[in-house]
Amino acid sequence: MALQIRSGRSATRRRSIPGTGGRSAAIFLIPFFTLFALTMIAPVVYAIGLSLFAEKRSGLGFGDATVDFVGIGNYLAVLSDRAFLEGFGRLAIYCLLYVPTLLITALVLALLLDAAVTYARRAFQLLLFLPHAVPGVIAALIWAYLYTPGVSPIVKALAAGGIEIDFLSVQLVLPSMVNIAVWEWAGYNVIILFTALQTVPREVLEAARVDGAGEIRTAFSIKTPLVWPALGVALLFTVIGSLQLFTEPKILSSATTAVTSTWVPNMWAYDAAFNRNNLPEAAAASIILALLAGLLSWAVTRFTSKERTR
Amino acid sequence: MSAVLATPPAAQAAASAPVRQQAEPPRTRKKILRRLPAIAGVNGLLLVGCAYMILPLLWLVFAATKDATGLYSGEVFAFGGAFLANMEQLFTQDGGIFVRWLVNSILYAGVGAVVGGFIALMAGYAFDKFEFRGKGTWYGLVLVGVLIPNTATVIPLYLLAASVGLTNTIWAVVIPTLCNPFSVYLARVFSAGYIPDETLEAARVDGAGTVRTFLRIGLPMLTPGFVTIALFQFVGIWNNFMLPLIMLQNRDLFPSSVGIALWQSQVQQNPEFSTLVIAGSFISILPLVIAFVLLQRFWRSGLSAGSVK
Repeated sequence: MALQIRSGRSATRRRSIPGTGGRSAAIFLIPFFTLFALTMIAPVVYAIGLSLFAEKRSGLGFGDATVDFVGIGNYLAVLSDRAFLEGFGRLAIYCLLYVPTLLITALVLALLLDAAVTYARRAFQLLLFLPHAVPGVIAALIWAYLYTPGVSPIVKALAAGGIEIDFLSVQLVLPSMVNIAVWEWAGYNVIILFTALQTVPREVLEAARVDGAGEIRTAFSIKTPLVWPALGVALLFTVIGSLQLFTEPKILSSATTAVTSTWVPNMWAYDAAFNRNNLPEAAAASIILALLAGLLSWAVTRFTSKERTR
Repeated sequence: MSAVLATPPAAQAAASAPVRQQAEPPRTRKKILRRLPAIAGVNGLLLVGCAYMILPLLWLVFAATKDATGLYSGEVFAFGGAFLANMEQLFTQDGGIFVRWLVNSILYAGVGAVVGGFIALMAGYAFDKFEFRGKGTWYGLVLVGVLIPNTATVIPLYLLAASVGLTNTIWAVVIPTLCNPFSVYLARVFSAGYIPDETLEAARVDGAGTVRTFLRIGLPMLTPGFVTIALFQFVGIWNNFMLPLIMLQNRDLFPSSVGIALWQSQVQQNPEFSTLVIAGSFISILPLVIAFVLLQRFWRSGLSAGSVK
């Protein structure tokens, strides 16, 4: 990634200033890395350790429980659990729907903002960004009401037009959830892409105009490829974000029975820890999710950097 | 890319915008008329996009003024007469527990933003200005931290906290938020953009120590960066749901997000809770919306710094 290259370059570029060596750096870095070790490394290491053991109760559950080393037994149990796999399937469909929808929406809005004929850019940016100030819980709550027949103006309007639709049904609840996430995150990505679009050199756009390219053609054939790095960053964070899916289904599960308590892997892990009291399996599920996130981040970075050098 | 990184992101965004506008050909009346369809089309589409973003929020504002029957019937985008009654109910329900939840939210997010932001600022400053062995590796660790999804560490955090008896305490929700790798990344970008190396060399020649130089010279120059980082952390912590939900059982310790979700889970049995949920939602997004409107310069610069990866 560009980041690593950059840190490497700055290390060789700058001649060392006296008094900026390791000892002074340590004073500034120790607080952060202490917290990093405590809140990111230690929990993961502890969870890995915990996930290798299982608590077994003898007979009918009377008597003391014994803790046995089971190796990857918990991982196999999690990965062969039907509810967990179904949750993963839902998460995969959610990602496939959400990631392209979000990025295309954000890109189109950013290109519209960047178009030469746009007025009131700052006001538009603020309005588009505002949903990001709304906590996920409340975004999910607002939309849950907007999906509920009886309260929802949308359902009412559609019904008046002869369309009966249940946004919270088993078939539609997943796209409904995608809509909530797009609402929350589109504006954030619009600003990121718009900022990148603003750095596109004017000469390039001028040249395109001289060559007879229209605004729309310029937007998609010239501006879009030039903001590919920013699009790559947006893609990376969107993919990582979509793996975290928890808040929205957790809130919607109180509004519809279509969302079960193990609807996505994160909810499965929550359920394992707090309803089924199976901490080792909850730990194993969390580690599986973290590994998957690492794998996907790696794949996305590889993919975007390859595209860039092509 | 490195040229882009050399200038502070805020200055760069501000500088590039007017340039493009100046370059546009002078608008004559005829020209505007000819471009009218394009102008109408582009701005019309943007208005549709904004309506999509704003209408759900407007719905919340109007819903907060209605009683339970008004909510289920009548005009959607019209004020009801129950706003004050809703607020009174909200702030007196369960012995005024909502005030407590709000105070908790402010406390958790405030401490996390200021202390966590400062810790990130120090680390970012060190990564930008100091040379030391293994710098690349340490920074790589920060980037790995950026990429780990929060929710994947929440349950491990709970397990660890439970093993040392810290669950159901303030510390369980505050300590994890003090460590934010993405803020360290932002701080490094800001430090590179706002503090010229020469300034620090001058301070050193004058005999100031490292810590003193940071506090007296670096910190004031980084203030806009600090506000940006603190703003993003504040919003992130205020909006956090899974961590407090898992860590806390005592209702008195809940932040507003978990409290409102608790009320929402009771709506099925008691439909009158929906007015509470709506009123609570309205009050708890108000501070964030106001902060975003007032601090536009800061979130803009934060987002542009984040995009030049």
